[in-house]
Amino acid sequence: MIMIFGIPGPLLFGQLLLGLINGAFYAMLSLGLAVIFGMLNIINFAHGALFMMGAFAAWMLLNYFDIGYFPALILAPLLVGAFGIFLEKTIISRLYKLDHLYGLLLTFGLSLVIEGLFRNGYGSSGMPYRIPSLLQGATDLGFMFMPNYRGWVVLAAFVVCTATWLIIEKTSLGATLRAATENAPLVQAFGVNVPRLITLTYGGGIALAAFAGVLAAPIYSVNPNMGSNFINTVFAVVVIGGMGSILGSIVTGFGLGVVEGLTKVFYPQASATVVFVVMVIVLLTRPRGLFGKAA
Amino acid sequence: MNLSRRAITLGGIATAAGTIAPFRAGRAQAKPKLKIGCLTDMSGPYKDLAGPGAAAAVHQALAEFGVAGKGFDVEVVVADHLNKPDVGTTVAREWFDRDGVDIIVEVANSGVALAVANVAKEKNKVYLNTGAATSDLTAAACNANTIHWVYDTYMLAQSTGGAMVKAGGDSWFFITADYAFGKALQRDTTEFVTGANGKVVGSVAYPFPGTTDFSSYLIQAQASGAKVLGMANAGTDTINTIKQAKEFGIKMQLAGLLLFLTDVHSLGLDVAQGIVLTDSFYWDMNDRARAFSDRFSAKVKGVRPTMVQAGVYSSTLHYLKAATAMGIEQAKKDGAATIARLKAMPTDDDCFGAGSIRADGRKIHPSYLWEVKKPSESKGPWDYYKPVATTPADKAFRPLDKGGCPLVKA
Repeated sequence: MIMIFGIPGPLLFGQLLLGLINGAFYAMLSLGLAVIFGMLNIINFAHGALFMMGAFAAWMLLNYFDIGYFPALILAPLLVGAFGIFLEKTIISRLYKLDHLYGLLLTFGLSLVIEGLFRNGYGSSGMPYRIPSLLQGATDLGFMFMPNYRGWVVLAAFVVCTATWLIIEKTSLGATLRAATENAPLVQAFGVNVPRLITLTYGGGIALAAFAGVLAAPIYSVNPNMGSNFINTVFAVVVIGGMGSILGSIVTGFGLGVVEGLTKVFYPQASATVVFVVMVIVLLTRPRGLFGKAA
Repeated sequence: MNLSRRAITLGGIATAAGTIAPFRAGRAQAKPKLKIGCLTDMSGPYKDLAGPGAAAAVHQALAEFGVAGKGFDVEVVVADHLNKPDVGTTVAREWFDRDGVDIIVEVANSGVALAVANVAKEKNKVYLNTGAATSDLTAAACNANTIHWVYDTYMLAQSTGGAMVKAGGDSWFFITADYAFGKALQRDTTEFVTGANGKVVGSVAYPFPGTTDFSSYLIQAQASGAKVLGMANAGTDTINTIKQAKEFGIKMQLAGLLLFLTDVHSLGLDVAQGIVLTDSFYWDMNDRARAFSDRFSAKVKGVRPTMVQAGVYSSTLHYLKAATAMGIEQAKKDGAATIARLKAMPTDDDCFGAGSIRADGRKIHPSYLWEVKKPSESKGPWDYYKPVATTPADKAFRPLDKGGCPLVKA
């Protein structure tokens, strides 16, 4: 058996793959954050709570309306995205002219309220959500036993991340969006409804979080705290990738998943900390993050 | 706003009336009042197994004891310790120093539980712990103001660990929550495994709280070649470990070293079936337990009580009996004397039947090994366990002379 740093090779490959799977969640969540920050300049702390709402939406669709996993994968992001638009229209849009800090505090408060409401309604131990029958079972990869569902998560995350990046960087819609963040009055002068564009962007970012929530539902128990467990790490990912950088958040999300996975083999106690150690190092050497543009 | 202003005004009138009363009528003295503080996890991973249900259990004990006719009043306050020892001790100090709380019940989370035990001793108050697991509460960390009511890591380790080794599970790998409770549970279980000629081939300690993905640890456990996976964790962590073990097709036997009824409820029987676990109370275990549970469920809709919530009921009831017997004024004045009285009286209630309390503060009753039913065996909601074995009360806990509690005279 090949040994790498005293760890059997197959075990290490398995851990790399697992890291990639967790990285898929980081990437999807940080992508939504990066889009929202890049376009709206809002540090959206409610992202974790909306991720959790995505998982709960899937659970509710199944238990109250008998709607299965795959329709939920489309419906839940739409519902939660609509809720996000409602939040943006009624509350968040009032803060665009103020400092980032106000948006951060507001969304942080929102996330506490949302999580508290769900905790009151559904308790804290979580609801069971089964893996859809099509994706049950596992494949033996030789070095590890790979559940089909986790493979699906990586695939879905990769497709969604790539699509988002393409839309923002390569389409005319994306170009308009980027222009609107650079100079809103000018874009408005060309006849584009900038406030609506911004609202829809926020909704889109939230839909991404909800999509990740539906993907997470069968793996983790659907529980009100599931978002807050992720959100700190995800913010570190965004900071390391460069605030507002789409590509940065995708690459860093997957990358940090792998770093964390390796830490779980060599020194598990530090696995919750390692991401922040990386963040400190990156901020010291490249204050704008790995993919951040210079001012 | 109006409401709170009115409440304040009413409070003011009440206070004024209280001070005026002695002048008006010498005979009508204010009734003595006991104040019970229920310190628990109201928002975190242990909310469902303790939390609001524990607070409800305190009120149930008060109602069934019939405080109304006994010549004293009882007030109940509830607080969330957020699973942080510093928050727990701050609340305990405020309650004892400022708010006149006489007794603290519950306190799930071993880290918080150990910290609060020190405060109770320092302030000479009463502390009846039901939710924490660490067996240190009645060992090196024992004191004359603390009783540990429902279960501990030694009881769990002996019952679940011992049974699994006997059934052929002689090599173990632990996935352990990296704090007081997880470490104590792993330590106590290791003793039973090695004592029965089994061996522990490895373990991982993961950061608590905040870990949701256990797949990496599960793969390590699988690679170790051990037969049994010891889950030295609790609440949502155990739930996620079990779910993911199923997902990754882990072939090891799962030892739920601490699994609560609410965890099984959350997992669902199709995932949890076949898991062996230890509880000292199950709502359907006998007529008295069923009767208690029906009364509990009438108040807390839709759920059955866990052993922690049953313990809160049982300990509060016993405290009320002892305080009445020794006199309320005396019970308020001296916590250690009240605890001595609690220890001197035999316990008896619907949840745990007849029992007693040892010199080291360990409440004694049998422990039960259960197996989670298959979905086909379950007859209705919350019908989850079938009995496997019983450890009698005198064998269920660590022998009195083995813990090293200074209160035990050699």
